[in-house]
Amino acid sequence: MTDDAAHGDHSHLSDTELRVRALESLLTDKGLVDPAALDAIVDTYENKVGPRNGARVVARAWVDPDFKQWLLRDATVAINSLGFTSTSGADIVVLENTVKVHNLTVCTLCSCYPWAVLGLPPAWYKSFPYRARAIKDPRGVLREFGQDVPDDVEVRVWDSTAEVRYLVLPERPAGTDGMDEDALAGLVTRNAMIGTDRLAGG
Amino acid sequence: MDGIHDMGGMDGFGPIPIEQDEPVFHAPWEGRVWALNSALGALGKWNIDAGRYTMEQLDPALYLQSAYYQRWLCRTENILIAHDMVTRQELESPPERCKVKSQGRALSVDEIFARQRQARSARVDEDVAAQFKVGETVRARNIHPKGHTRIPRYVRGKTGVIDRDHGVFIFPDTNALFAGKKPQHLYSVRFSAQEIWGPDTASADKVYVDMWDDYLEV
Repeated sequence: MTDDAAHGDHSHLSDTELRVRALESLLTDKGLVDPAALDAIVDTYENKVGPRNGARVVARAWVDPDFKQWLLRDATVAINSLGFTSTSGADIVVLENTVKVHNLTVCTLCSCYPWAVLGLPPAWYKSFPYRARAIKDPRGVLREFGQDVPDDVEVRVWDSTAEVRYLVLPERPAGTDGMDEDALAGLVTRNAMIGTDRLAGG
Repeated sequence: MDGIHDMGGMDGFGPIPIEQDEPVFHAPWEGRVWALNSALGALGKWNIDAGRYTMEQLDPALYLQSAYYQRWLCRTENILIAHDMVTRQELESPPERCKVKSQGRALSVDEIFARQRQARSARVDEDVAAQFKVGETVRARNIHPKGHTRIPRYVRGKTGVIDRDHGVFIFPDTNALFAGKKPQHLYSVRFSAQEIWGPDTASADKVYVDMWDDYLEV
């Protein structure tokens, strides 16, 4: 059953829901979790961390060549300087897309993802088809996202098998010379920072 | 272990379930499972590698049939039982019949996030010599550890090049078993896509895999 199928199966869901409630109540009675803390964690991931953080990092790199060099050299520290440590202190490496290189990130073994800058991953990133095929047929996967990568562009797929998190720095789209950092951040999609979207087109 | 979780390169799962404007959580219970996992992890009874190993040991059929947060729920129940924090009986009894003794004071959200920030980085501040250097040709060892490992099946026995040295990191294979951190260098190793997937793959494409010293040989 895929995630989608599970979401549509209401009797299965209510079973799961009962189990989750029973577990939370048991753990609360044992003094192991505090429901108010759980509320705050959900709120953080729903409302406070998310791909807007990553978009700020990308836009800064587009307008500030020194920041970009710092980002490519030591992304963890450069990103922390913008205040996006969030709940995760993982090491981050930024991968630069160019006219000749397109980067794509995946976690084939589980669901590793740069939470600090992108929040929690979308369901498709954690899905079996993406985990199975991104590493083997990245061009086919990119076509499913509507992206045709020309033959003369090298595709690099990065499997997040360790505690290093990868963030793609997309190419700055053409025709954006007059735009300021805020406007540029608005152009950066989450998928572009995973590598399944190419903002520059082509 | 050569488990169901090691999915890189498998066929037959169908199209990628792309969804427009998807919510962070598709139902409230998903958020509760995620939050429970965060709060429990911050108690420090286990580490991230042990957590992953517990997930990998789910029955393969259950793993494939369950949605993402259902797998997390199963994993959380199993790891709580393994660490004597709950019993199977407690999980299966109706809550009102379940008399439990408080085990202490639950953490606040600030404490949870502070502990996550501290624990999440697997980088170790120790001076350990690197076994390989950037640019060196290496082979991923053909090993099949019975326990937890982060060397995917698709890369074993393949030849690549050390692309970058990330520094010294905790070794997950031992850490997952609470058998020590065994700090060692972690590298991004670059493989030609054809080396791994054969001649039908685009010749210039590359696959990068993060691997520790113990996964590599000359």
